[in-house]
Amino acid sequence: MEMTVTDVEYVARLARLELSLKEKELFAGQMGAILGYVEKLKELNTDGIVPTSHAVPMENSFREDIVFSPIGLEKALANAPDRAGSFFAVPKVIE
Amino acid sequence: MNIFNMTIHELHTALKGKQISSVEATSAMLKRIEAVEPNVGSFITVTPEHALAAAGKADQLIAQGACELLTGIPLAIKDIFLTEGIRTTCGSRILHNFIPPYSATSWEKLCDCGAVLLGKLNQDEFAMGSSNESSAYGTTRNPWDTTCIPGGSSGGSAAAVAARQAIATLGTDTGGSIRQPASHCGCVGLKPTYGRVSRYGVIAYASSLDQVGPLTRDVADCAVMLGALAGHDPKDSTSVDTPVPDYSATLSQGVKGLRIGLPKEYFIDGLDPDVQKAMDAAIDTYRRLGAEFVDISLPHTDYAVATYYLIATAEASSNLARYDGVRFGHRAEADGLLEMYTKSRSEGFGSEVKRRIMLGTYALSSGYYDAYYVKAQKVRTLIMNDFISAFADVDVMLTPVAPTPAFKVGEKINDPLQMYLSDIFTIPVNLAGTCAMSIPAGFSAAGLPIGLQLIGKPFGEETVLQAGFAFEQATEWHTRKATI
Amino acid sequence: MKYQPVIGLEVHVQLLTDTKIFCGCSTKFGAEPNSQTCPVCLGLPGALPVLNKKVVEFAIKAGLSTNCSITPRSIFARKNYFYPDLPKGYQISQFEDPICQHGWLDIAVDGDTVKRIGITRIHMEEDAGKLVHGELSGPGDGSGVDLNRACTPLLEVVSEPDLRTSDEAVTYLKQLHQIVTWLGICDGNMEEGSFRCDANVSVMPVGSNTLGTRAEIKNVNSFKFVKQAIEYEIQRQIDLIEDGGTVVQETRLFDPNSGTTRSMRSKEEAHDYRYFPDPDLVPLVISDEWINRSRQELPELPEQRRQRFMDELGLPLYDAEVLTASRALADYFEAGIAAHSNAKAVGNWIMGEITRALNDSGTAIEACPIAPGQLAELLTLIDNGTISGKIAKTVFDEMWRSGKAPQVIVEEQGLVQVSDGDAIERMIDEIMAANAGQVDEYRSGKEKVFGFFVGQVMKASKGKANPSVVNELLLGKLKG
Repeated sequence: MEMTVTDVEYVARLARLELSLKEKELFAGQMGAILGYVEKLKELNTDGIVPTSHAVPMENSFREDIVFSPIGLEKALANAPDRAGSFFAVPKVIE
Repeated sequence: MNIFNMTIHELHTALKGKQISSVEATSAMLKRIEAVEPNVGSFITVTPEHALAAAGKADQLIAQGACELLTGIPLAIKDIFLTEGIRTTCGSRILHNFIPPYSATSWEKLCDCGAVLLGKLNQDEFAMGSSNESSAYGTTRNPWDTTCIPGGSSGGSAAAVAARQAIATLGTDTGGSIRQPASHCGCVGLKPTYGRVSRYGVIAYASSLDQVGPLTRDVADCAVMLGALAGHDPKDSTSVDTPVPDYSATLSQGVKGLRIGLPKEYFIDGLDPDVQKAMDAAIDTYRRLGAEFVDISLPHTDYAVATYYLIATAEASSNLARYDGVRFGHRAEADGLLEMYTKSRSEGFGSEVKRRIMLGTYALSSGYYDAYYVKAQKVRTLIMNDFISAFADVDVMLTPVAPTPAFKVGEKINDPLQMYLSDIFTIPVNLAGTCAMSIPAGFSAAGLPIGLQLIGKPFGEETVLQAGFAFEQATEWHTRKATI
Repeated sequence: MKYQPVIGLEVHVQLLTDTKIFCGCSTKFGAEPNSQTCPVCLGLPGALPVLNKKVVEFAIKAGLSTNCSITPRSIFARKNYFYPDLPKGYQISQFEDPICQHGWLDIAVDGDTVKRIGITRIHMEEDAGKLVHGELSGPGDGSGVDLNRACTPLLEVVSEPDLRTSDEAVTYLKQLHQIVTWLGICDGNMEEGSFRCDANVSVMPVGSNTLGTRAEIKNVNSFKFVKQAIEYEIQRQIDLIEDGGTVVQETRLFDPNSGTTRSMRSKEEAHDYRYFPDPDLVPLVISDEWINRSRQELPELPEQRRQRFMDELGLPLYDAEVLTASRALADYFEAGIAAHSNAKAVGNWIMGEITRALNDSGTAIEACPIAPGQLAELLTLIDNGTISGKIAKTVFDEMWRSGKAPQVIVEEQGLVQVSDGDAIERMIDEIMAANAGQVDEYRSGKEKVFGFFVGQVMKASKGKANPSVVNELLLGKLKG
């Protein structure tokens, strides 16, 4: 499986990762090798097989609509790298 | 006898008999940690004040006659468990300053039993690794040979038990992260059935595979820990509401007539001869104890690693999106929002984490989703079906935990695929969602521990523990101690 | 060339639950920023979602009321993208197998024609938080993130591209708005964003079968704006094509101040949301029993009620429509007719005086100070001749002001109608004596002076004289 630097760049952008050229080349090679290995799944005929997304068959886990006390403003903001009043502060968002 | 060598049961007897207080035991453990930590590096954070305060409280309980099995027992937990007010890093630089405002349910349950927290244990970054080398806080060393890795990702949890820095520890297992380090460090490690223990407050790596479990000196301790951890948690939709049996009560039922499956795909040519020898000896032991062996097949075993690395990385790529520098964790100096994201994440994550995020993002991305992710989910179904059919005929399975004993630090670091393949015997269990335990079963010629894996049916922990206990009673591997 | 616009709407309906969709935090509007948060809606490491059962119940109700089929086994999926108001870096939504599918609403177009608008799907999802710009107390010119709204339950109702004009779009939207508020699953407040609409608009040459490239217009938060935004966008696209340009698929933001739409730079990036089933949530299985139970719990819907008002009470279509504008109004009307048999009269008073007073004071029908039973009492006082229709308006105003029963007001203020012939005759005699000139005029054939005498009598009686008695006596006297 060939993985190009351009492929790596596209994925890195989606994942919000900034990679150096060296890292891009390294990842292209390593991801290519891993994806090459993964190709072996194609040997298996999986027509009509239902995909499994949960390890244990369960359904309908609910909670009732009852208000729980919040953790409180100070606890919510305690780990914020930057805050402004009661808000988490981030660089300006342009819409 | 040194306090730090004790099991939960031994220390409990001493505490209950007032031969020792929890504060004394805790102080002894803290001293032990200080003494051996430079050689092992099991901990990311040691919490002496916290430990002594909790021990003091435990002593009050004991004085009042309320001494349960875990009351006053000094434990340590993987740094993946959130602990309110105590820094939790998950082995990552991106959480170097994260002080959680709440605690994991599993840890809270142990606290409710009166357990004492010695500190937070080293691990592979975000539990992604099989060697502890991806930690941002240094590589933990194998107490049996400090030039070797302890295994991973719960490497600190296994090393701390082996180096007697804690009486027992907690780890998590996504593809073998409890069993493989337990095997490499010569302790007992159990991965319960998916849904048996709450995942709430445990930092997610791959949500459909992650499960919490104990690492202990022996099987009896393991049963106690599991009993305390297991049970439904309304905060975890995937935690199962089936009753928790009394695991300790049924431990000594023996293995007479027990049908043990030997999956042929796990006894391959590439198996290390020392590992093979240990397996052969274990089979003999079980035969002597009256168990029956059945040759079975798990035909899709060879596809498990590929399946795992697609599912786990896909889930991880999404689980790790929340580390964006907005609400907690590392934020880089940046001009503008996009740069804040990319810089914070790139500075905060190590290269194994980045590699897996990239792989998972790719597997989910437009045009590849069906070929990779959905395909892997379908093969997962086939792998689960393998286990279902095989378990129709046997009670447990016996396999090696890892193809080789612990390898050298640095040996596989530059070849991720080789590293991934070392989890070949543990990964299928996570994909199938069932339970398995690693117990000490011998040593290599070089003196490194070798573990034996007992795989149980879903929610068949009782049988696994019984089988493990019988083996332990018949052997002395678990009593050997690393000299450190 | 002539162009055919094609419009589809995606409506976000915020559900009236007490707590968020995946955690127990309150959904109350207007709290201090980030005060209604917990590890789950803050997206802290280790936190896990647990589904609010009421959200599912509301979704089933919405589906049944819009002719959808309920999916027996539906799942939640993660929609992955980065944005500061999205704490986890993904939104929990539904992608494959949403809870409701294949529904429709019939809307009236051009008066009487009925047009069926398809509803592709209704799915459950969590809302994002809120971003605040330029009004932070802190330093710098950054943005602020408030996560109180994060994880609030939403239904997204996606229509087929069956709408052809801005009027059709507004009619469909109003009907949907009426249904969700009627069901009590949404407060319908568009200003606060409880009911918001994105419009997908494209144009194609009339007669073509190929849909044009569509633009998605966000942030249209009133019926008026929906009309404006769609009309602007249709014209923009036509102008663009006429000028030789091409429409690009993009997200555009409606600006209510200028009535225009503009491209959203932040959403330019190609969307690759990487949907996959959320492993933290288990499948949702809805049994037939559950669906049936829900169906039985459904209130009579506006359309059914309208029909019943016409069939059983003989109301004209217009009255029936006005009186079913909201469930509370219709309930008010029904409580009124339970205490007074003249449905038309009760209806007229509700559509007239009550509505006027509600509008003037900005009061909702739910908070109407006059109970339906009191309105019925007032009407009974008119029916039995105790007060005149004119005096009734005075009594109504006093009831509104004081909340007192009409009988009490009539007694306290001495407003009982005077029907006593002798008393009225005396008044007439006095007035005729004082206005001899007008009497002569009337008698010489100027009959319109009659009105003057009626007015004088009513004035003298302070409006209490029974008008029919006045008419009869006055006529006799003047004729002499």
